[in-house]
Amino acid sequence: MDFTYTLLIPLLPLCLFILIGLTGHKMKPAISGLIGTTGMFISAFLSYYTAYQYFFNVGKIDGVYQKIIAFNTTWLNISDKLYIDLGVLLDPISVMMLIVITTVSLMVHIYSNGYMKGEKGFQRFFASLSLFSFSMLGLVMATNIFQMYICWELVGVSSYLLISFYYEKPSAVAAGKKAFIVTRFADLGFLIGILILSFTTGTFDFITLTDPNGPAIAQGGGIAFLGLSTMTWSLIFVFMGGAGKSAMFPLHIWLPDAMEGPTPVSALIHAATMVVAGVYLVARLFPIYAISAPEGLEVVGYVGAFSSLFAAVIACTQFDIKRVLAYSTMSQIGYMMVGLGVSGYGGHEGLGYMASMFHLFTHAMFKALLFLGAGAIIHAVHSNVMNEMGGLRKKLPITHITFLIACITIAGIPGFSAFFSKDEILTAAYHHNKLIFFTQLFVAGLTAFYMFRLYFRVFWNKTPHYHHEPHEASLSMTIPLIFLAIASIFAGYIPFSELVSSDGIPFETEIEWWPVAIPSILVGIFGIGLAAIMYMKETTIPDKMSNGFNFFYKWAFNKFYLDELYLFVTKKIIFNFISRPVAWFDRHIVDGAMNGIAWVTNTTSSGIKGLQSGQLQRYGFVFVTGALLLVLLFVYILG
Amino acid sequence: MDILTLFVLVPILTIIGLLFTKDFKQVRLVSMLGMGIQLIQAGVLVFLYLAERKAGNMAQMLFTQDYMWFESLNIHYAIGVDGISVAMIALTSVVVFAGIFASWEVSYLSKEFFISLILLSSGVFGFFISLDLFTMFLFYEVAVIPMYLLIGLWGSGPKEYSAMKLTLMLMGGSAFLLVGILGIYINSSPAGGALTFNILEIAKITIPIEAQRIFFPLTFVGFGVLGALFPFHTWSPDGHASAPTAVSMLHAGVLMKLGGYGCFRVAMFLMPEAANELGWIFIILTSISVVYGAFGAIVQKDLKYINAYSSVSHCGLVLFAVLMANKTAMDGAVMQMISHGLMTALFFALIGMIYGRTHTRMINEMGGLMKVMPFLGVCYVIGGLASLGLPGLSGFVAEMTIFFGAFQHVDTFHRVVTIIACSSIVITAVYILRVVGILLLGPIKNDHYLELGDAKWFEKVSTVSLILAVAGIGLAPLWLSDMIGDSLNPIIDKITSIL
Repeated sequence: MDFTYTLLIPLLPLCLFILIGLTGHKMKPAISGLIGTTGMFISAFLSYYTAYQYFFNVGKIDGVYQKIIAFNTTWLNISDKLYIDLGVLLDPISVMMLIVITTVSLMVHIYSNGYMKGEKGFQRFFASLSLFSFSMLGLVMATNIFQMYICWELVGVSSYLLISFYYEKPSAVAAGKKAFIVTRFADLGFLIGILILSFTTGTFDFITLTDPNGPAIAQGGGIAFLGLSTMTWSLIFVFMGGAGKSAMFPLHIWLPDAMEGPTPVSALIHAATMVVAGVYLVARLFPIYAISAPEGLEVVGYVGAFSSLFAAVIACTQFDIKRVLAYSTMSQIGYMMVGLGVSGYGGHEGLGYMASMFHLFTHAMFKALLFLGAGAIIHAVHSNVMNEMGGLRKKLPITHITFLIACITIAGIPGFSAFFSKDEILTAAYHHNKLIFFTQLFVAGLTAFYMFRLYFRVFWNKTPHYHHEPHEASLSMTIPLIFLAIASIFAGYIPFSELVSSDGIPFETEIEWWPVAIPSILVGIFGIGLAAIMYMKETTIPDKMSNGFNFFYKWAFNKFYLDELYLFVTKKIIFNFISRPVAWFDRHIVDGAMNGIAWVTNTTSSGIKGLQSGQLQRYGFVFVTGALLLVLLFVYILG
Repeated sequence: MDILTLFVLVPILTIIGLLFTKDFKQVRLVSMLGMGIQLIQAGVLVFLYLAERKAGNMAQMLFTQDYMWFESLNIHYAIGVDGISVAMIALTSVVVFAGIFASWEVSYLSKEFFISLILLSSGVFGFFISLDLFTMFLFYEVAVIPMYLLIGLWGSGPKEYSAMKLTLMLMGGSAFLLVGILGIYINSSPAGGALTFNILEIAKITIPIEAQRIFFPLTFVGFGVLGALFPFHTWSPDGHASAPTAVSMLHAGVLMKLGGYGCFRVAMFLMPEAANELGWIFIILTSISVVYGAFGAIVQKDLKYINAYSSVSHCGLVLFAVLMANKTAMDGAVMQMISHGLMTALFFALIGMIYGRTHTRMINEMGGLMKVMPFLGVCYVIGGLASLGLPGLSGFVAEMTIFFGAFQHVDTFHRVVTIIACSSIVITAVYILRVVGILLLGPIKNDHYLELGDAKWFEKVSTVSLILAVAGIGLAPLWLSDMIGDSLNPIIDKITSIL
């Protein structure tokens, strides 16, 4: 089976980017939208076809899923043994990601045709979406870590372009800048990680790097620094890059601000695809993490668990619906990181790995649904703030039902997809690390609470006075909602462990009702119930609660003041304490020295220039005086 | 007539042609023609060079010519090119071509302006084809002197001060350089026999280490002044700020590259032992340049100052990579020279165009320009993205090659300074996005900007030719990297032979 055609999957969006980017301003907006959507549809179709072929026809040899290099070309030679390839790697997780990206991207394309209608820069929006789709597809299909880094930077810049889409709005510009710089800082870690990793192993290639019997893993540690091996350090640095993109604590601060972008962008980039790139990165390198750098994997697990809890607490206090969803995304990605962190390598040991990928898949569906639903709400009421909403369930029936499905899914109610994926993660955590298990169980309760707080506040509660009567969105917006709602329900029934596993060998899983599933269902229902009491009708309980926990509530509401810390570091430290002094030093000390030399030369020369006045009588005077002095000298002193 | 001499001859013929022009329109027509021919020639040269290499000609220098010029001192007019010089020549012709279009509307003493500009470029071309240290130095001076007139006459702001400062500092560098070159010359035949200025001849012998210890720093600093080596870089901000657009483009785009080129062609190639011994001092200085320049750029308010400090940072990386003395890093150094030459020329061209419309270069007096001049705005963003190392544009390729090359060093010192230099990618992002955010995005601050027009056709020619080159290298870097890499072998062999 020849998979070379898979090259088209990323190249098609690239061509669309170039086409719409260069000629878009001459097109009618609707045409550019149509071209973009059609192109994405073809990409999605090819991805589904590839997935079918890969998983059910040719991917498995002797019961093991193979890694297939469908295409490869050398892009740049770094040195005799290091070279950068661009290519297409097909294996279970990359094929799964193809499905996730093209599905969500296609839905977002369709949705945007309605949502962005009449916006200035419609064509620019579609061009950027295509650029993003290309880079993200290139990222997941990368054959080597450097190609991944290349695409990593490209998704970063497409994210920047889309966050600052409303470029006349200062807050959008600032948010884009913040997102780019924070992730860029994380990418510095990624780059250093790659430098060390390629230096110790001599390769960028994923297949060589992750082969459990290969040279890279066999080589093991090397020199130790602070008790950890070189390999561990390099992987921790690589994870720093992943944590930046995936908004893990403390590099998450850009994600809530990124909600300044148009809502479809938040759905695609900041919920379903780009932000899980960090999870994908760790999963991609998983065998090295698991075998050569278990300490690195511990770091992944704890960072994930803490971020998950941290974000869930903040989500309970926010009023902007997109920000609630943003923190929810961070919290759910924390789950995925936990899944990887508590996983072992091979067979049933690799349950966490499988669960993490499973959750990534289901999360992409229900979170995209939540964001697109939020977009429909915002479109209808022209506000992001939940206090200005209420009683929308009659007015937006389709949005209401689909949103409810998404909320039930994320709360982990049995039968819906996230129940299965979240439970696998909890099971893996239970067998590996009890502390993380109980944290995640608590977070599951919080998740149900804050999602239903949002749901009841928006769709039930008191109906405020609306300036424009809210009405249901157009067909191009509701169709993606319905599609994603169906996917959110049924994605859980995919036998994931038979398709994706840490070593490529399918294995069996079953739900552990006790002590994992039943407690998690109970905390979920408890969270929903609490939210129903507090927010279904207008009550004073929320205010009493926030007053009761005043101190803690204030901290959480202000996101634990991390934004202030960020501002302090950038504005005060970098700007005022480093850059200004550097600039001053340069102008006054370094340049001052140069001017000083010039001044000394000038002064000296003006001091002695009188000697060459050109006046003959003066020369004569000096000559005669000098001669006389010499004569006196000879006669009186030497004589 | 050999093709290399044509590169000096065509500019001179253009200058002669310019002397006979009658009005402003003829002036720019002749200049455009001359430099257009030069650009085509450069394309032909690249093609011929690659064909020759493919045919199996592995001599270090191709198309060599050698004429005795001044017999008693054994000075020759010796020329020849390898992949590196070919790449630099191609860079120069693109930048000069774009520069002519960027100065399309210079009407004050236009004839004299274009003559000086083209004279400058002929010096640069001559420098890159020279194999004889003396003629090389001569062409170097030919390139530096017109700069004084160009800034002093057509500049803006405190132009006399800046012109004087720039020329004097570069002349100071030249003084070091001259001593360095003479030092190499008198030591060029330790076994006795005729002394020589020819680089290839000198490379065959080993200059006594005592002499190297004196003349390596002199030569390196001499060229380093032009390559913005900390702390000899301060001519750059003032000089650029006062220089007219095309001069900034040529100066930052090409002239600063003479420094980097000279550093490895003369200092590293001829005196590798001293480079090995004393390199660490300069590695520290260049690492400072890289980070310091980037931090310096963060707080600047004048667009040209931002770009000047950014150039200090990027050119610092060139010298940094040259000092790493391995093939990958040096390959990266040459690519960084080309990449920086193109994108900085693009920046200065755009700054000139924006200044021509708004009559200010202070970023906080502008804002929201993307709305009124989308073409120039998008070009500026592309330039910015190239500068902060976005994959697909040339800066990324060059920087990554440098970082990976430098990190291949076995000792920790080199690896630690590499990581320090790497951190510049974050700082670069900070100042680039700051400028883009303040200058182009956000609401429009000044209502009369709403009436400003977007790019005219000649401005489009200028920027698009540079962007095409930047993107071309960024998308398909392999041929360039191989062309440079092959030519580096003799230099690397010479350097490694001493270890």
